Amino acid sequence: MQEAIISKAKQLLADGTVNRVIGWKKGEFAYDITPAIFESAEEIDAEFVYDDFTSANVSKYLVKESKKEGKILAFLKPCDTYSLNQLTKEHRVNRDNIYVVGIPSDGKLDAEKIKAKGITGIIGVERNGDTLKINTIYGEETMPVSEAMSNKCLSCKSKKHVTYDELIGEDGEVIESDRFDMVEKLENMTSQERYDFWKNELSKCIRCNACRNVCPACTCENCVFDNPDSGIQNKAASDSFEENMFHIIRAFHVAGRCTDCGECSRVCPQNIPLHLLNRKFIKDINSLYGEYQAGEDTTSRAPLNDYTQDDCEASIVHERGVE
Amino acid sequence: MLKISLENLGKLFDAVAEKQTLYIPTDREDGASEYKKYESGMKLSKNLNTLRSAKDFFFPQTENLADFKMEGKKIEVIDVRKESEDFVVFGVRACDARSFTILDKVFLCEPVDSYYKNRRDHGTVVTMACTKPTETCFCGTFGIDPTAPEGDAACWSDGENLFIQANNEKGQAFIDSVSSLLEDGDTAKLDEVKAKTKEILGKLPLANLSTESFGGDKLMEHFNSEKWAELSESCLGCGTCTFVCPTCQCYDIKDFDTGHGIKRFRCWDSCMYSDFTKMAHGNIRNSQLERFRQRFMHKLVYFPSNNNGEFGCVGCGRCLSKCPISMNIVKVMKALEVK
Repeated sequence: MQEAIISKAKQLLADGTVNRVIGWKKGEFAYDITPAIFESAEEIDAEFVYDDFTSANVSKYLVKESKKEGKILAFLKPCDTYSLNQLTKEHRVNRDNIYVVGIPSDGKLDAEKIKAKGITGIIGVERNGDTLKINTIYGEETMPVSEAMSNKCLSCKSKKHVTYDELIGEDGEVIESDRFDMVEKLENMTSQERYDFWKNELSKCIRCNACRNVCPACTCENCVFDNPDSGIQNKAASDSFEENMFHIIRAFHVAGRCTDCGECSRVCPQNIPLHLLNRKFIKDINSLYGEYQAGEDTTSRAPLNDYTQDDCEASIVHERGVE
Repeated sequence: MLKISLENLGKLFDAVAEKQTLYIPTDREDGASEYKKYESGMKLSKNLNTLRSAKDFFFPQTENLADFKMEGKKIEVIDVRKESEDFVVFGVRACDARSFTILDKVFLCEPVDSYYKNRRDHGTVVTMACTKPTETCFCGTFGIDPTAPEGDAACWSDGENLFIQANNEKGQAFIDSVSSLLEDGDTAKLDEVKAKTKEILGKLPLANLSTESFGGDKLMEHFNSEKWAELSESCLGCGTCTFVCPTCQCYDIKDFDTGHGIKRFRCWDSCMYSDFTKMAHGNIRNSQLERFRQRFMHKLVYFPSNNNGEFGCVGCGRCLSKCPISMNIVKVMKALEVK
């Protein structure tokens, strides 16, 4: 796949369709891939990579990049196209300045999961069918691919590209996923159990803001939490759970706009399952307003921005709040 | 050398915890390890290092500095510091132990930061030699030997026993306090373990990373490098690298209005944040490129310039595994290296 992508990138640069390419760049080890912009065939040949660890969603970079001179080529995985569509819908990107080549993804790996198995000194990772062969400074290790699969890919919701100018390979379909299972589990807890679950998770937060900064739905130019004049700006993580309401507020802010790309949980240095907050909103919106997938299209009205006479009444909050 | 069988480590912890608060690295349910206050039965983590560094013990992420109470025109300043108790941090790795030396240079130079000093005075650092360094380790680049860690006292494991040796008086006092549990031991097997670890250290992928191109006298050539644009282009501007870093020491001081007084608190700051060093006239680093450059220039040029050539990095590798976009000091050093 990498070869096809590289030759497509060079072709589109050479024929002048685009003047830049956004993709991923190799690192020092097998897994430390960095999103990067390439301007020439030489740069692409030297450093472009598309492999098991290119999980970063590059859509958000297009907010800035699409405002620049010329067209940029973006290689997007199915999940990434939902983010771009949502950004297009919100007029955050200039879609005319982006040339999207949809690329397939058979699931990305998470180096942290390999390390959690006690495998250390990783210098190479090779996928052979269902088995992962890991070359380390201490010798060779193997593990099942499924156990190293990144969480966001384990509950993949779609193999379909919802926006593209061109595709490499065949397009896939929206698929059944078990992504709401954990949300249901949380819903079935008593309020005390649920509170304890979130208190335990959110108290790990170090307020690094990685979740917010990577989130394609968080595109405010100046976030209230960064604005010294807002009165609520705070870089201090406090011990109190109140402080960690930050995450709940953020989830509210992206509700109805979050495409469930899973980047927030992927980047969290403390492994907090932040995506579960967003999924709860997605599940609620589905049940209260009918099935809705943010980013699926660029024209429909979002349920939380729309009014219809058969909308559920506000009293639903009280009804649902009863245990 | 004095030793205790690993089986009896719990007894040693119990004995220490009886007299002082003890913190050890222990595993969480997600497999990551973190320092926790020791309670009987708690197991020492086998992980190479904790997710967060050990700097919190001396330089916590947030702390209250003072309270102000106002009555009419009278302002009362209340020192909120409580009497600190002695505590022990056990199992600190060589990289984190060196980070304390770096933080000391910042907080203990004139004017001395009395909050930091108070904690340093009350804390005993007991280090633990590494036996299984990983691909992200590069402490050797900064002259750190993970088989001979600094700290008040140092420990080594040969798989069966834990050996312990004092590096100074504080460390000796710690050993004396548990001496009834220790016995003399033969270090033949330990010497083998150390030799094996050293061999691995030489084979690490970052073993040859050099600081030769950096230092206090390399200011202009690096500051004006064209490479910063490319290096910083995908930086998210989050604070992960700075918050997991054992040597990042920037902080912010703010007054919080409680409605009936003021709480003055200090919290870690991050040069990656848009309001970093924002002053009355505005911000001096308006782009992410400038903020990104600040972090690495600080560690590789400004810090050595002010501290006799000592670099502001210990090669713990936390930023290498935690940066959401995998951009880090190693990649910066390799890109800026003068060949």
